[in-house]
Amino acid sequence: MSTRVMLGFPSMPPPAPRGVGNLRGEDKFPVAARRALANTQLRHNLGKATTTIRAKRAQVVAELPDWEELREAGRQLKVHTMAQLPDYLAQLESAVIARGGVVHWARDANEANAIVVDLVRGKGVDEVVKVKSMATQEIGLNEALQAAGVAALETDLAELIVQLGQDKPSHILVPAIHRNRAEIREIFLREMADVDPALSDEPAVLAGAARKHLRRKFLAAKVAISGANFAIAETGTLGVVESEGNGRMCLTLPETLITIMGIEKLVPRWQDLEVFLQLLPRSSTGERMNPYTSLWTGVTPGDGPQEFHLILLDNGRTAVLADADGRDALNCIRCSACLNVCPVYERTGGHAYGSVYPGPIGAILSPQLTGIEDNASLPYASSLCGACYDVCPVKINIPEILVHLRANHTETYAAEHRVPSAEASAMSAAAWVMSRPKRWTYALRSGRLGRILGRKRDVIGDVPLPIAKQWTDARDFARPPQQTFRDWWAAEHGGER
Amino acid sequence: MRTALFITCLADALFPEVGKATVRVLERLGQDVEFPSEQTCCGQMHVNTGYQKQALPLVERFATVFAPYDAVVAPSGSCVGSVRHQHAMIARRFGSAGLVEQVEAVAAKTYELSEYLVDVLGVTDVGAYFPHRVTYHPTCHSLRMLGVGDKPIKLLNAVEALELIELPAADQCCGFGGTFAIKNADTSTAMLADKMRNVLDTGAEICTAGDSSCLLHIGGGFSRIRAGAKTVHLAQILAATRKDPAL
Repeated sequence: MSTRVMLGFPSMPPPAPRGVGNLRGEDKFPVAARRALANTQLRHNLGKATTTIRAKRAQVVAELPDWEELREAGRQLKVHTMAQLPDYLAQLESAVIARGGVVHWARDANEANAIVVDLVRGKGVDEVVKVKSMATQEIGLNEALQAAGVAALETDLAELIVQLGQDKPSHILVPAIHRNRAEIREIFLREMADVDPALSDEPAVLAGAARKHLRRKFLAAKVAISGANFAIAETGTLGVVESEGNGRMCLTLPETLITIMGIEKLVPRWQDLEVFLQLLPRSSTGERMNPYTSLWTGVTPGDGPQEFHLILLDNGRTAVLADADGRDALNCIRCSACLNVCPVYERTGGHAYGSVYPGPIGAILSPQLTGIEDNASLPYASSLCGACYDVCPVKINIPEILVHLRANHTETYAAEHRVPSAEASAMSAAAWVMSRPKRWTYALRSGRLGRILGRKRDVIGDVPLPIAKQWTDARDFARPPQQTFRDWWAAEHGGER
Repeated sequence: MRTALFITCLADALFPEVGKATVRVLERLGQDVEFPSEQTCCGQMHVNTGYQKQALPLVERFATVFAPYDAVVAPSGSCVGSVRHQHAMIARRFGSAGLVEQVEAVAAKTYELSEYLVDVLGVTDVGAYFPHRVTYHPTCHSLRMLGVGDKPIKLLNAVEALELIELPAADQCCGFGGTFAIKNADTSTAMLADKMRNVLDTGAEICTAGDSSCLLHIGGGFSRIRAGAKTVHLAQILAATRKDPAL
């Protein structure tokens, strides 16, 4: 972060602040992953869920002959929007105000939380209902409301399971993916005061219990809080796409609606939804169309909430936008297809990533929102297999951005430390050897490659090449041959040709 | 046509048999393959680990060494992927405008082995004989960065006496990922365990692939658990004949 310069800006835009929200984990990825990998129940739940959803997605995507054109259209719409974000945001603001809404600008999580707390306090309520929202998870809104004496009730079934279980979401779309139905039954029996003690673990029965629990809350709520999947600049319309209808209850029944939206969720025109409403459900739930699409514009007298507040959240997004090589991460429409195909995510689950944004998209988004220093292990949490890029509905080249962020990390480290890291020394040594064939040949022939690479301590186990202990813990290493290829060639062909 | 072999640093140092096999197949098909000894490494390990600037001399070297040839062939999807998709990025970031042009020109004529055989030479039957049960692991970079598709399968299907068995969940990564296998060893090992299980479930004797790196990983796992299955590079299978078997 420290080396980037933007002409026309006095300094780099700030990252998401520390001490608030849920973008930073306590442990580095390898440590948290090790813990998750030891949980066999989690491995089983995740493997089953991701395999199912992968197959569903593949099937409905294959139905569309113009899927690749749709992806390209989605990508171009996003790239275009990001290039003119300030103008489109101003257009959105005007349109929302013209239709009777109130627009607030929040530089970061603290400002956004403070705005919501003020608005809720102003209504004199101590409970609000919530639509499933990544932005509010990102900024830690529930925690901020709780500190202000306001209970925020999650109404999305999976978010409710997570909330009742005093747990954290582990997936963007299906936040309780790490739980199976037996575990969910136990949580309901323990946490729902009014639940039938004979509750079974049949999905329909569990959903019925949640419905009964939530219905009363919907009817009593005065204030609802939502995120947004899309905002349309030309009309000022906000959109939420969901499966259960609980979101629509929140969006229509209470008197006041507060929507918190990352500034990147914008599309220019109403017509652009045509593209995204095809891309999103097929990529996320593997459905041709999602069951509920709610769209609202400002306030409509006598219909729905009579007070509407839109909070536009930055929280590090402008900093992401400033990085030409990383900014495509902002194009994400939160479908989570990349999580479902990721072999790393499938095995570790979402909690290992520490941030509310897990999986491949989280590995490129979280470190950019917080600054690389605070999530430095995430860009390495990938084998660069590329499955994420293949399924991304807006064609974000996630592997390329991962590689970019790794470079960003090592270069930031090098700029801030006088002594290079052991890894950097080894890499420089390897490059030094490999940049001259004579050195390379000598290193190979003398069998001294390992010693040259690990010259600091003269042990091979110390170098970041696949000969270290982390390798040999679980796999044998191939014994180096008597003769390298180049020596064989020279012997066969009499030296160079 | 002047064809150069890019052996890759890994095969040069650890798997010379893969290089020899590549040469044998190409010579059998009438290709006069050359080995420019000034070559070293494509620099992928540096780029993927975050050391882009250190990769620059390697990128420059690759472009210079292979510029005179009409085609470059390598027994690795991953290294060819790096040449095609990363060299221009490194050249743009750290090199001159001339270097960008140079690396793009060389990248356009650099082929992974199955691409070279099927696309450039137009051959699927290379005259190989390999009487074994084989399953094919499409390595991530062959599959996704290069999009080699079913070219390796076509080549394997044409091998006499070879029984090809489909690998379940074939498109899942084996967990190697270069320094990923070290930095995230536990996750890598979990991925490897699933890959090994899928290979062993096929009942194949041999797991083949177009990348020595992935095979080093899978084979290292098999060796550790004393599995009966072995790993053999695609080039070695294609080079095998009755007279000169690979195993």
